[in-house]
Amino acid sequence: MSDVEKLLELSEIKKSFGAVRALKGVSFELKAGEVHALLGENGAGKSTLIKVITGAHAPDSGTLTVAGQAVAALTPSKAQEWGIACIYQQPALFPDLSVSENIGLRLKKSAAFAKVDWGKQREVAAKLLERIGAEISPDAEVASLSMPEQQLVEIACALGSGARIVIMDEPTASLTQKEQHLLYAVVRDLRDSGVGVVYISHRLEEIFALADRVTVLRDGESVGTHPVGSLTEAQMIQLMVGREVSAIYPPAESAPGDVVLEMQSVSCAASGIADVSLTVRAGEILGMAGLVGAGRTELARILFGITPASSGSIRLEGKTISIGNPQDAIAQGIAYVPEDRRKHGVILDLPIAHNITMAIHRRIFPQHFLLKQAEQNLAVEMIRDLGIKAFGPEAPGGSLSGGNQQKVSVARWLATKPRLLILDEPTQGVDVGAKSEIHKIIRRLAKDGLAVLMISSDLPEVLGMSDRVAVMRGGRLVAMVDGKKAEAASIMAAALGHSHSDSEKGQEGTR
Amino acid sequence: MKKYSREWSVAAAFGLLMLSLLIVAPHFFQWQPLLSRVTSQMPAMVVALGVAMVIISRQIDISIGAQFSMCAVIAGLVAASGLPLGVAILAAIAAGALMGALNGLLVAYLGLPSIVVTLATMVTWQEALRLWQQGRLLNLPEGIQWFGQSQESGQAIVIGATALLLILLAWVMKNIAAGRAIYAVGSDAEAARLAGINPQRTTFGVFVSMGVLAALAAVMNLVQSPQIQPSCGDGMELKAIAAAVVGGIAIRGGRGTLWGVLPGLFLLANVNPALTHFHQPPYWEKAIQGLVIILAVVADGWNQKKQSNNG
Repeated sequence: MSDVEKLLELSEIKKSFGAVRALKGVSFELKAGEVHALLGENGAGKSTLIKVITGAHAPDSGTLTVAGQAVAALTPSKAQEWGIACIYQQPALFPDLSVSENIGLRLKKSAAFAKVDWGKQREVAAKLLERIGAEISPDAEVASLSMPEQQLVEIACALGSGARIVIMDEPTASLTQKEQHLLYAVVRDLRDSGVGVVYISHRLEEIFALADRVTVLRDGESVGTHPVGSLTEAQMIQLMVGREVSAIYPPAESAPGDVVLEMQSVSCAASGIADVSLTVRAGEILGMAGLVGAGRTELARILFGITPASSGSIRLEGKTISIGNPQDAIAQGIAYVPEDRRKHGVILDLPIAHNITMAIHRRIFPQHFLLKQAEQNLAVEMIRDLGIKAFGPEAPGGSLSGGNQQKVSVARWLATKPRLLILDEPTQGVDVGAKSEIHKIIRRLAKDGLAVLMISSDLPEVLGMSDRVAVMRGGRLVAMVDGKKAEAASIMAAALGHSHSDSEKGQEGTR
Repeated sequence: MKKYSREWSVAAAFGLLMLSLLIVAPHFFQWQPLLSRVTSQMPAMVVALGVAMVIISRQIDISIGAQFSMCAVIAGLVAASGLPLGVAILAAIAAGALMGALNGLLVAYLGLPSIVVTLATMVTWQEALRLWQQGRLLNLPEGIQWFGQSQESGQAIVIGATALLLILLAWVMKNIAAGRAIYAVGSDAEAARLAGINPQRTTFGVFVSMGVLAALAAVMNLVQSPQIQPSCGDGMELKAIAAAVVGGIAIRGGRGTLWGVLPGLFLLANVNPALTHFHQPPYWEKAIQGLVIILAVVADGWNQKKQSNNG
């Protein structure tokens, strides 16, 4: 195949964000007329790799060759000139403009005051839409289009700009089956016209249907590129997860006690959670695995009263409770350390002490007056107990490192003396040292009798920490596995909706 | 990390201005005119305290000038009808609270942007006043001016009441759960909600307090002259917001202390008298005030950049 033109070649690409090494020397190539699938777990480095190709991130080291020419300092606009187009899961269109205006804006870099040729713009748009078989009026306002229609507009833009390298990031995630088949046809059409397609998807059957080759990423490293025909689904899954779970995780020290949380057929129409039943015991860590968007965070938000359940029952220590808002949840002894601490966990402007007492204003302000000494004592105690590295209780949250911010976020919720602690991606974006400290804290809390529900996309973490592992997919609980018997491959298979595992108990009738 | 406090740099700038006046124009510090000048700034000070709280909660209220006028007219009419001053004050407070509650309702519970809501209520109150009073000057009965006391005691009451409000509110912001909640909501409303704070109630409360403070300010203004104009609050919103911003209240919410409002307002308010005493044309006043505001905002931006680089 050496005579086929190499459109894109990346070699030894490295990229770190702070202490997190997102790419540890990844090599990747794309040939003209091929569909090259990129496969990997959440956080394996797929998005970072794409952003390097589209010029959104500059790699720390490594070389990038486009159409045989080495490219240094790629920027998004240069990437466009080189014929690289990316279609994101969430189309990046201007919702208030028409389809033809959107396409026109994308295609032509005209002078700021050049007159828009409306007639020609419309004509070009119509031709492009026709070429991909999309039945969309060029005059339609983008906001009025459905998600798949918007994706087709994106593809039209990519085609119109003469892109030779098209990256598709989970393009079928929000499509119906019929729309998927339309999209497959467009992808094959692109391939046959000599375009190279980088195709990212979590749906293995899609990769078998479309891709010529597949590269699997794991923990920021490429674990190999294979022709799709040479692998079975099971082998692909093994490649994605196939690593030793290292012994760095602290061992469980106690047997779980009484049931603390019991959910029965809990559904929430608004957030797409359907019929979830599970229990968490005192002293138990229930790990919750699944892909991004599988409904794990949504489940946590139900328990914390942010989007209350529409049906089903929730019992806490045997008592049926209703949770209508976060105040209810806190009063019942439920604590939720949210995902993305920078956004909704720690308030960066406020001192650590204020952050820690934020959820216990009733206790720290009895009769409405601040117990300054109590606040200080609590903050100092938490800083010591959780090993928060800070100048003191008055240091602002923003002055801490990611791992220490996460500890402050945990401290806020420990201060509420909860019975159930929900952790959402507790170690995301945290460096290795802080990660293992947080793991020890979680383990210690469980040992002290807390029921812990830990949502994590980090499979080794789930396997290493959990007494039991729950797997979610599409808003449903699809598997519940004993932590000691849990294997990465079977959990991944359940999360992907691939039926090779007998531990799967849920049913889904989409295919 | 050194804690950044704009309050002190603004206070230093104000001190510098006073020092140069002391050298160049010592007669600036004659007791009676000085006392009058300070007293006349007190209503703006009280309004600025309110708007500082509004800005800390990451909202804005530009209807405060109109609220001020409305409260002044209502208090004036009640007093002119022969009812005691206490009743007039209560009527003004009720009116202020109601106007603030309307803003709060629309912003906090309907989720409308505060700039639009308060623009609408500003225009509404202004025009309602114009229609109602036709621009008439309202003569106040004897016994209203200076609360029926001598001028000096009256001035002492106004200054004392403002000082009391400043101390009280600054203390509340620091030591009461509701004050802490205002900072939390202004920093990150979603995080505050996840921590069990009710951001809607907090925002609503801030707007109601703003209305009450506008009413108190209107009363402090009312007692300083024998008659009032229905347009007495015009421009008050800009003056108050400028004082808050210069005093270190971050316009994006969550930061600043009410103490900063004091040097912020005094610095801006003394530009004009200082120009006079330096024998400069007074036309420079607005330009210099504008420059001070820009400097304050630039200092904020610069400091924030420096902080995020460190973090």
